[in-house]
Amino acid sequence: MTLVPGTAVRVKDDWPERRGPCHIRTPHYLRGREGTIERVLGRYKNPEDLAFARPAPERTLYHVLFAQPPVWGEGAAGDTILVEIFEHWLEPH
Amino acid sequence: MAAPPRPESIALLDKLVAALSAKGIVTEAQIAARQAITDKASPEIGARMVARAWTDPDYFDLLLRDGHAAAEEMGATMAGAPPLGVLVNTPTRHHLVVCTLCSCYPRALLGYPPHWYKSFAYRSRAVREPRAVLAEWGTSIPDSVEIRVVDSTADFRWMVLPLRPAGTEGWDAPRLAGLVTRDALVGVALPKAA
Repeated sequence: MTLVPGTAVRVKDDWPERRGPCHIRTPHYLRGREGTIERVLGRYKNPEDLAFARPAPERTLYHVLFAQPPVWGEGAAGDTILVEIFEHWLEPH
Repeated sequence: MAAPPRPESIALLDKLVAALSAKGIVTEAQIAARQAITDKASPEIGARMVARAWTDPDYFDLLLRDGHAAAEEMGATMAGAPPLGVLVNTPTRHHLVVCTLCSCYPRALLGYPPHWYKSFAYRSRAVREPRAVLAEWGTSIPDSVEIRVVDSTADFRWMVLPLRPAGTEGWDAPRLAGLVTRDALVGVALPKAA
């Protein structure tokens, strides 16, 4: 199911790098953070599999918008961070 | 400019290319063709795209709809490159591009990124204190304007379409392109009409 722009999401608070070798395109500073779907960018092969030359299923890639100050506990109200995040890293919020 | 390659590096490269050729993975001609594409990439192409988008509404629409087609029309070769996304600055929103994970950058279009773009300092700070980073570049963004930091993490590569500066009414595209620097194309600087 594709999430529509405006949907509230949370980035999974998951740390696969603690379980073993991996390649992750989800920045650590966003794990567990709440954001909003800004745009559907398309379907792309999962880089976490590509990096290890495994069969890589396509996943939906989203542009997800975050308010900047809550992420860092500082910054200017109204500033934002926009990040590409794959569907399997997002959960409904 | 980068230092000239060391003889041992060239010897190693020759051996690698010979091994890849022997295995039928890549040919010398393919490498030369890719090198020609890389050499052609330049911020100057991005500057001409911006200037045309400022002066040609149809091209502006194409740029947002299909970044590859818009770049190819201005002389870049985008075959095999990741999709190109364009971030449109407005009077109330300024975009700043960073890749916190590595150094994703629209290389097929703009060439290799500058060294600071790959630095740990820029990658750490741009996403956390963008206004302080911009101030150090001499780029002042009013408090009333949203700064949107775009962390380039996956399959797209991002380019900023800056605002056309005041005082350029009546300028043609070539003259406008002269205002658009490499740094303006990732949002650390603003085009200025001197």
